[in-house]
Amino acid sequence: MTTSDVARQGDQNAQPLSLSGHVGFDSLPHQLVNKSTCQGFCFNILCIGETGIGKSTLMDTLFNTNFENFESSHFEPKVKLRAQTYDLQESNVRLKLTIVNTVGFGDQLNKDMSYQHVVDYIDTQFESYLQEELKIKRSLHNYHDSRIHACLYFIAPSGHSLKSLDLVTMKKLDSKVNIIPVIAKADTISKTELHKFKIKIMSELVSNGVQIYQFPTDDETVSKINTAMNGILPFAVVGSTEEVKIGNKMVKARQYPWGVVQVENENHCDFVKLREMLICVNMEDLREQTHTRHYELYRRCKLEEMGFTDTNPESKPVSLQETYEAKRQEFLGELQHREEEMRQMFVQRVKEKETELKEAERELQGKFEQLKRLHSEEKNKLDEKRRSLEDEMNTFSKKKAATELLQGQSFTANANLKKDKDRKNSGFM
Amino acid sequence: MICTLSKPAQQKLLEGYVGFANLPNQVYRKSVKRGFEFTLMVVGESGLGKSTLINSLFLTDLYSPEYPGPSHRIKKTVQVEQSKVLVKEGGVQLLLTIVDTPGFGDAVDNSNCWQPVIDYIDSKFEDYLNSESRVNRRQMPDNRVHCCLYFIAPSGHGLKPLDIEFMKRLHEKVNIIPLIAKADTMTPEECQQFKKQIMREITEHKIKIYEFPETDDEEENKIVKKIKDRLPLAVVGSNTIIVVNEKRVRGRQYPWGVAEVENGEHCDFTILRNMLIRTHMQDLKDVTNNVHYENYRSRKLAAVTYNGADNNKNKGAMTKFDTSDGMSPLAQMEEERRDHVAKMKKMEMEMEQVFEMKVKEKIQKLKDSEQELQRRHEQMKKNLEAQHKELEEKRRQHEEEKNSWEAQQRVLEQQKLDSSRTLEKNKKKKIF
Repeated sequence: MTTSDVARQGDQNAQPLSLSGHVGFDSLPHQLVNKSTCQGFCFNILCIGETGIGKSTLMDTLFNTNFENFESSHFEPKVKLRAQTYDLQESNVRLKLTIVNTVGFGDQLNKDMSYQHVVDYIDTQFESYLQEELKIKRSLHNYHDSRIHACLYFIAPSGHSLKSLDLVTMKKLDSKVNIIPVIAKADTISKTELHKFKIKIMSELVSNGVQIYQFPTDDETVSKINTAMNGILPFAVVGSTEEVKIGNKMVKARQYPWGVVQVENENHCDFVKLREMLICVNMEDLREQTHTRHYELYRRCKLEEMGFTDTNPESKPVSLQETYEAKRQEFLGELQHREEEMRQMFVQRVKEKETELKEAERELQGKFEQLKRLHSEEKNKLDEKRRSLEDEMNTFSKKKAATELLQGQSFTANANLKKDKDRKNSGFM
Repeated sequence: MICTLSKPAQQKLLEGYVGFANLPNQVYRKSVKRGFEFTLMVVGESGLGKSTLINSLFLTDLYSPEYPGPSHRIKKTVQVEQSKVLVKEGGVQLLLTIVDTPGFGDAVDNSNCWQPVIDYIDSKFEDYLNSESRVNRRQMPDNRVHCCLYFIAPSGHGLKPLDIEFMKRLHEKVNIIPLIAKADTMTPEECQQFKKQIMREITEHKIKIYEFPETDDEEENKIVKKIKDRLPLAVVGSNTIIVVNEKRVRGRQYPWGVAEVENGEHCDFTILRNMLIRTHMQDLKDVTNNVHYENYRSRKLAAVTYNGADNNKNKGAMTKFDTSDGMSPLAQMEEERRDHVAKMKKMEMEMEQVFEMKVKEKIQKLKDSEQELQRRHEQMKKNLEAQHKELEEKRRQHEEEKNSWEAQQRVLEQQKLDSSRTLEKNKKKKIF
């Protein structure tokens, strides 16, 4: 009996104790399972592949149902992701399945950014989980987990090697999601070609450092089958929702003039193996890996990015509260600083404008000073003119008065003279 | 958004075998591999049979003569001690931690004797919170207290003040399962009465003891109802095995008979064991995780962010932290940042407006004074011009007058000249 993880960590001071009877806590796993079953399970699959490669058909075949499929065109300007959630039930087990399909993958002329939208989508799901986890009042046990648990990467059945888009995309995704590469439309490759193709793919993946999902081999109940399956990767699959009569049974198959490809025939393709591995044996492990490995990596990177550490510069452990506190102070300080800056800027502007206006005022004053001066000059001139006129007039009137006086005198004199003369004259006669 | 929003989940029927019905088995497998942990706390005065009950529950000698139970260790103050044991059964490993509280309720003055217990529980929550909040998270051992068995002395008269105080202070931190200890000192009728009395007092004081969850299963619900009717459970424990009717049973030998521990008619021990271990252990852990721990966490984190907010002007007033519906502190900071940006924009706009207005005012004033000065200047100019004109007129008049006078004078002169000439002539004539 191998030691459980708990036993290994609790080892410090736990004494093993033997029980003298049946206590009954071997029902614990049952209790746990019952609870989970009551709550229902949740699984999210992402399918990446070129348009028309058979993603939707495979999903339909895998889950034995008809999901709503939109036929996409080859002319999508950008890669989009379309997610659909379904409630499925098999015996007493309820599964909330979300299928995310890429639309337009590999169709653009420039495929540089193809993978970016996929990466962004995966990160967004991690982010919303992280946000929920960091909330003060949170309800994680009710949270609908939208993180991608498995990514089926559809490889085109060229028979030669992986496309560079495939390598680039898988390399970007291997640290974020469990990648399960599948060879699509495997009914177009012969057995020998297929064997060579698989080897080529795996070696290319290894040489490019792409880490695809490995079925876990540490649990002895499933290690044998998982190890075997790891050697058959990538699975070559065929999907079909149409049924053909073989013998006296209706089986899912594709009818060709030269024969019938049976989906569930393990000689024809690896479909059954894929279903076995993905759903029957390792679904829970896929979820666990997503949570404990990929999500933790995302979380660690995100928190470090935001400046959180586990130890402060003196290498003493720092609690999250202290970090929050510090961050918060920093943050508030930053805000205040910005406010101050803006105020300062305004004060500056006001000063500048004031100086400007003062300048204008001064100019205006200057202008009017000048005008005033001109005016007073004018006035002075006018006054002078007036004065000279007055002088003239005075002179004139003096002259006139003098002349008139003279004239008056002379006139009077003349008059007297004349009078005298006249008297004289009159006297003479 | 890159992703088109999905419609709400649609129900789909499977047309054949898929295989995820195997999921529960996968979960089972993984949980067994992981192993289980459980922390059980026992609280009660000395001599109530706590150690004996633990031994009986787990069919082992957790407390033995070499390692005596709490009652034998007389302490001055309440201690909180834990012992960890690793038990295996049917392939399932359980790391069991039993937390003792020797000295509880044994002093003369027992006020605050619950404090060490509260501190212990909180410290375990704190540890878990810290390990959950680390950037690098490894395995997080769960040492939180999942269940607290509270032993009530079988007085037959109801709860003691200490019992009520303790439960009131701890019911929101841990799952409390009250037990009537040494139930073999009461007759069934006395026991019934006692239980009723206790439940009444519990309801009266609004104490929230551990509640058994409702399930969808009819059968299970019936069982749950039966248990609920028998709360609080009256238990008897024993370390000795006695032969009764050729059966080996745990029991207490009296002159008048044997009180069997596992006999449902003698006491509720089996119910307790079944409930605690066989059916509700997982639920106890879940409630601890989802309710008690979350309460602790949200209170702790809200205190942190509130402390940060103390620097704000919203001291004392209802900040949005009070009403925030549990946003993560980071999201809160984000929102605060956004709010601040909006506030700054508004402030900027306002300042801008005020600025513009003042500038306009000043410019207007300037214009006005310019106009005024211009007007005055115009006026003065006009004035001057008028004066000029007047002066011109005057001059003209003066000139005219002067000219006319001069002309007159000239005429007069001429006349004078003429007359003097005539006179001369006459004079000359006269002379002749």
